[in-house]
Amino acid sequence: MTGPRTLETKARHVRDTWARHCNVALFMSSETDERFPAVGLPVQEGRHQLYWKTIRAFQYVHRHHLGQADWFLKADDDTFVVMANLRWLLAGQAPERPVYFGKRFKPFVKQGYMSGGAGYVLSKEALRRLVAAFASRTCTHTSAIEDLALGQCLEKLGVEAGDSRDTRGRETFHPFPLERHLTESLPLDRFYPQYSYYPVQWAAACCSDLSVSFHYVSGQQMYELEYLTHRLRPYGYRPRYRPPLPPGTPPAPTHRP
Amino acid sequence: MMSESSSFVKGMVLGGAFCMLVTLLGHIKVGNGTKAHHHEHHHIQAPNKEDVLNLSEGERVELSKSIRVYCIILVKPKDLGHWAAVKETWSKHCDKAEFYSSENVKVFDSVTLNTNDMWVMMRKAYKITYERYKDEFSWFFLAYPTTFAIIENLKYFLLKKDPSQPFYIGHTMKSGDLEYVDGEGGIVLSIESLRRLSHVLEDSDKCPEQGGMIWKLAEDKQLAICLKYTGVFAENAEDSEGKDVFNTKSVGALIKEAMSTHPQQVVDGCCSDMAITFSGLAPNHMHVMMYGVYRLRPYGHTYNDALVFLPPAGSDND
Repeated sequence: MTGPRTLETKARHVRDTWARHCNVALFMSSETDERFPAVGLPVQEGRHQLYWKTIRAFQYVHRHHLGQADWFLKADDDTFVVMANLRWLLAGQAPERPVYFGKRFKPFVKQGYMSGGAGYVLSKEALRRLVAAFASRTCTHTSAIEDLALGQCLEKLGVEAGDSRDTRGRETFHPFPLERHLTESLPLDRFYPQYSYYPVQWAAACCSDLSVSFHYVSGQQMYELEYLTHRLRPYGYRPRYRPPLPPGTPPAPTHRP
Repeated sequence: MMSESSSFVKGMVLGGAFCMLVTLLGHIKVGNGTKAHHHEHHHIQAPNKEDVLNLSEGERVELSKSIRVYCIILVKPKDLGHWAAVKETWSKHCDKAEFYSSENVKVFDSVTLNTNDMWVMMRKAYKITYERYKDEFSWFFLAYPTTFAIIENLKYFLLKKDPSQPFYIGHTMKSGDLEYVDGEGGIVLSIESLRRLSHVLEDSDKCPEQGGMIWKLAEDKQLAICLKYTGVFAENAEDSEGKDVFNTKSVGALIKEAMSTHPQQVVDGCCSDMAITFSGLAPNHMHVMMYGVYRLRPYGHTYNDALVFLPPAGSDND
């Protein structure tokens, strides 16, 4: 999700880094930009229209791209995503099931809801139900708080809030930048432990080796993370965490040296 | 009376100035004094992937264990935050790492050098290191506490280099005629270089403790001068694409530069996949590097590496 004012300052760096690893990447704005390319949705910019913008985006995707994917990720132009790890997370999941994954928050919604900034991913069935609900007015624009309002709607529709933690119980979607999760020993935000659905873990345990997302990432940091994740590596190092393949997944490709 | 005393004063001043000048000149080494060596940049490369695959399984295991790196980190009490970060992060991957401190600090173990002067610290650290560890390690890596190092990549880089040869490797700079390894990027010496250094350190003409009369030369330059006398020359370390593997800046600073010089190819143009050091890091950044280098990775990418390094015991952030 982006806008005319941040297209070149933020979305561009997303486009040139992690978005390349998506099967389809769409940049949702309030103005069409042929060259970028960005989709112009019929909304205004601003917090008060954020939920509408998200709904319009999902409606657009449903109308034009439903057949092109099984899972539908919404991220912001300051979210960094490791697509390979999202694929790992979803590998054992059925897109026909109504489920969505993200950084799970506890309050306000019984089954919890997913942080907007950390990014969340809907199964094909979840997307179908969402779009149908808006068409039938089962869900409406209840508030401008995008992630909360969406979470309330999805719960109503029987879409399950999934557990995105890795096999050691470490979080994969992160609502703050990497440095804050790793190094802040005081609560990141007074409310973070109260919001977090699962107990907050600090320091090295904050984050899975196979993390999927970080939020509040600047353009420069997108490239830094891309370099640290995909390029720089310790030669010959065998990592501590070597998770098993989820059942039914094809074997991983090996780099030819 | 007046004219006599003013002459005397003039005489004293002139004499003093002349004396200083002579002493200064005595410290300035003219190039001709050293062994004649053609001016060239020395570049040294990481082994090719093909070279490495020609090794048998047994050779690979032997090699992984045989490259032993001893790490010297020069610290002062004011660096306590960085010191703690280095101790908790990359230094655990050295075969042995010790902190050489200007003065004793209660909270951490260190080898106390009892001097604040960086060149004297460096001399003492190398001397002590040679005396204690000359039979135990083949490679010696010296760093400042603002540096982050990936020892596995250092070992890969050193894979086919013979430590009984005089290697002096890092990120090189030129100062006039002198090519030296910039301390910020880390300094690598083979045991042979360390052996030669330990001898020349005793030579107060070639390698004095007091650097210069009026202004002191930085310790990394002093080191280069002393080593040059023993026939050891600085070499810049590069990967197979010609990119530096020892960096004197942080990833952030290098990415920022790349964003302005080649915005279409930021990550490609920035830094080596096999980088060994980055510098100018705050303590928090060390933890971020640790996670980013050793842990965060895209699922499904596997490699056919010729060496195997296991995580150190009793650690949780790698």
